[in-house]
Amino acid sequence: MLKILKYSFYDLMRSRWSYVYFLFYLLLGFVLLFLNNDVNKAVITLMNIIIVLTPLIGTIFGVMYYYNSREFTELLLAQPINRKKIFMGQFLGISISLTLSLVLGLGIPFMLYGLFKSTAIFNFGLLLVVGSFLNFIFVALSYNIALSTENKIKGFGYAILMWLFLAVIYDGVFLISLVMFDEYPLDKFSLIATMFNPIDLSRILILLKLDISALLGYTGAVFRKFFGTNLGMMLSMSILILWVLIPVVRMNLKLKNKDF
Amino acid sequence: MKKVTLFLLLFSVTFLYAKRIEVCKNCEILTIKKAMELAEDGDEIFIKKGIYKENDIEVNKAVTISGEKGTIIDGGFISGVLHITSDNFVLKNIKIINVGVSYTKDFAAVKVVKCKNFIIENIELNQIFFGILIEKSHYGKIIGNKLSSTAKDEANSGNGIHIWHSSNMIVDSNEVFGMRDGIYFEFVTESKIHNNRSHHNVRYGLHFMFSNNDTYYNNEFKNNGAGVAVMFSKFITMYQNKFLNNWGSASYGLLLKEIYDTQIYDNLFQENTIGIKGEGCTRINYKNNTFLRNGWAIKIAGACYTNVFEKNDFMHNSLDLAYNTKVNDNKFENNHWSEYTGYDLDKDGVGDIPYRPVKLFSYIVNRTPEALVLLRSLFVDIINFSEKVSPVFTPDDLMDKKPIMNKINDRF
Amino acid sequence: MIDFKNLHKKFGKLVVLNGLDLNIKEGGIFAILGPNGSGKTTLIKCLLGMVIPNEGSIAYKGKSVLRKWDYRNDLNYLPQIANFPPNLTVVELIEMVKNLRPKQSYEQDLIKLFGLTDSLQKKLGNLSGGTKQKVNIVLTFMFDSNLIILDEPTNGLDPIALIHLKELILREKAKGKTILITTHIMSFVDEMADEIVFILDGKIYFKGSVDALKKQTNNDNLEHAIANLIAKQYA
Repeated sequence: MLKILKYSFYDLMRSRWSYVYFLFYLLLGFVLLFLNNDVNKAVITLMNIIIVLTPLIGTIFGVMYYYNSREFTELLLAQPINRKKIFMGQFLGISISLTLSLVLGLGIPFMLYGLFKSTAIFNFGLLLVVGSFLNFIFVALSYNIALSTENKIKGFGYAILMWLFLAVIYDGVFLISLVMFDEYPLDKFSLIATMFNPIDLSRILILLKLDISALLGYTGAVFRKFFGTNLGMMLSMSILILWVLIPVVRMNLKLKNKDF
Repeated sequence: MKKVTLFLLLFSVTFLYAKRIEVCKNCEILTIKKAMELAEDGDEIFIKKGIYKENDIEVNKAVTISGEKGTIIDGGFISGVLHITSDNFVLKNIKIINVGVSYTKDFAAVKVVKCKNFIIENIELNQIFFGILIEKSHYGKIIGNKLSSTAKDEANSGNGIHIWHSSNMIVDSNEVFGMRDGIYFEFVTESKIHNNRSHHNVRYGLHFMFSNNDTYYNNEFKNNGAGVAVMFSKFITMYQNKFLNNWGSASYGLLLKEIYDTQIYDNLFQENTIGIKGEGCTRINYKNNTFLRNGWAIKIAGACYTNVFEKNDFMHNSLDLAYNTKVNDNKFENNHWSEYTGYDLDKDGVGDIPYRPVKLFSYIVNRTPEALVLLRSLFVDIINFSEKVSPVFTPDDLMDKKPIMNKINDRF
Repeated sequence: MIDFKNLHKKFGKLVVLNGLDLNIKEGGIFAILGPNGSGKTTLIKCLLGMVIPNEGSIAYKGKSVLRKWDYRNDLNYLPQIANFPPNLTVVELIEMVKNLRPKQSYEQDLIKLFGLTDSLQKKLGNLSGGTKQKVNIVLTFMFDSNLIILDEPTNGLDPIALIHLKELILREKAKGKTILITTHIMSFVDEMADEIVFILDGKIYFKGSVDALKKQTNNDNLEHAIANLIAKQYA
């Protein structure tokens, strides 16, 4: 598996798009820091971007890589390797190379700016951790879609729909149900609804660290109680891990009976 | 005529012969109470360094009470310490600690009742219930004192500088922390509060009610449980104050309730849950204030008329404005909004299209507070954008027609 | 050496393999033929473990291969469309495949034989189809395995490369290897194959030598003989 990972990783690391992605974050980091001069504000802006962009890029890279390397995968399948390892290697290769683009692209400007002396280091660290999780989650989800869909165009469409659903539509339905049922206590509902969407979960995790919980009033207290403690933090991290593991497990189950 | 001259002469003689009474462990006079018995108007009582365990000291003569470094009066958590009822007194350079806590009586380190022309200066108060409690007094100066305690909740704690039914007071350069309310005014008029620092108090940094014609400037209110509350008052001037870090589900930088004819300018509101919350405010001018990184910069609850917001900087607030009533005749003009995305083609520094400070999301959150969990979600950005293009829900006459492109105030 | 028994495979409603039985003995070149969609590639992919049959068994050297993977170490496969990761160079790809198989490899002679020395440092994405196929062939023949499976090996090759390929195949045959080939080039079959396996409707329709087929169909030309077989299907 490590060998496949290594080659997928090298392959992606040499692709133009990895560079574009890396340079995008590098530029973003520099522009935000040197125009804004305020690390805290930069972290909020970055959050807005990371929460939408990492899932989208993860989804696109995942689907594209799967379909583009289908024939190569066939070559690998004919080698004496367990097929699970091939796909796990590819999944990890994509996820790690995307994560590296994110972490280095943003890390370099922040390091040059003297982040380590800043109090924002924890928030920034959390941002990178959450961004990395989103990468792994959405590559895994898009691999699932690609594995289940033979047709490239269809698979691509489904993957984008999945992203659109989690990034936009879900929140729309969420908001509408909050407004519709506003005479009922909604804090538990909000909490659970957040868990079911990795993008929302990541957003709330970062927002609470940026202390927006105070704005939430009573709901904020419930959220803060849940996420603010170490236990809550551990629990939400575990849920993010579950969000990686469940698609990975499903991927392996799917692989058992998949024909190439 | 002669009698008068004689009287004046006698008077000046007594004045010339004003005594200085020293209190110390090895002196003839061992306690402050004893010194007060011996003293006459105009005398000076000097308390040398040492710890004096006394409480309920009656100060009913126009004396100057002072101490030196290390002069400590320890109330032993029994009751109040100094109880002053004389005009023309001076109190300075003393430390008072351990005031008793009571649920029925307002025990204070220094209690001043019906006095005029007095000075309380450079006093340090620690572990107190109430700090300086002033009732029905006039023309007093409270300067350079430091008051602190370790208040945990509202019921078990008192206020730092508490003034009631008084006028013409000056509260200058004091530091208050760890109390219930840092500075508390009720029915106090014609007074000035400046250069004070009030922080980490359980409830309000500054709390005043029914207090007209007062001026507040250059104070800093930081990290207080609920910020600053200003209620039922008129003709107030507040400038160059800082309202910082008042975070909490019911906190605000400045709460204005039933306030009339007031000037609020050159202030900084930074990182408060709500920068300014206004209820029933009329004829208030907000000018040249800076709102930086607040949850809501301004929340207008209702019955506000003829408020003018002019030349303020609204920078990086999660939500600029929440408004749950009609616009009425309130005006937003020539402010700088960091969220403004318009353009300035004629380069006159004024944006060419109006700015709408109330977003659709802000409107929804007002109706359904739980919706705030969706803050900064892409969906919210999308609906905000569509509302900006064609307003349906938000009041379409609520806008800044001439938003300023660049930051206006550089004080902070 | 290879034993397919009662092999069934459906893709959705489409039945591709329908109770196929086939036994291939060790040594020699077997051409697997059949009209489009007859199940040739599916059969090979079943053997490779890429397609999982609905029913039936496949044994290689007496052991079942279903859901196993280590048997593939004794098997070389030339896939039909050679599409490699575009950002790797030729030499990296070769190193990688070597890396994946714990086995002695002999790529140097092959690289020289197909004139790939100059292309070694080039990225795979920049190679022409023919050159890619040559790389594909190098990757297949560089290991010494008992079973060699070639899916449309002649695709995109120039005449010289084709000659080299034929030589390679014959050399391997001489070493006693078993070689399975699918192709549509009948002259290639005529020239190379010892035995023909003809698949129709997911079953073995004919298995025997080229001569036997010609005899059976009364046709001297292999192409026509095959056409004859297929025509019967349409009849």
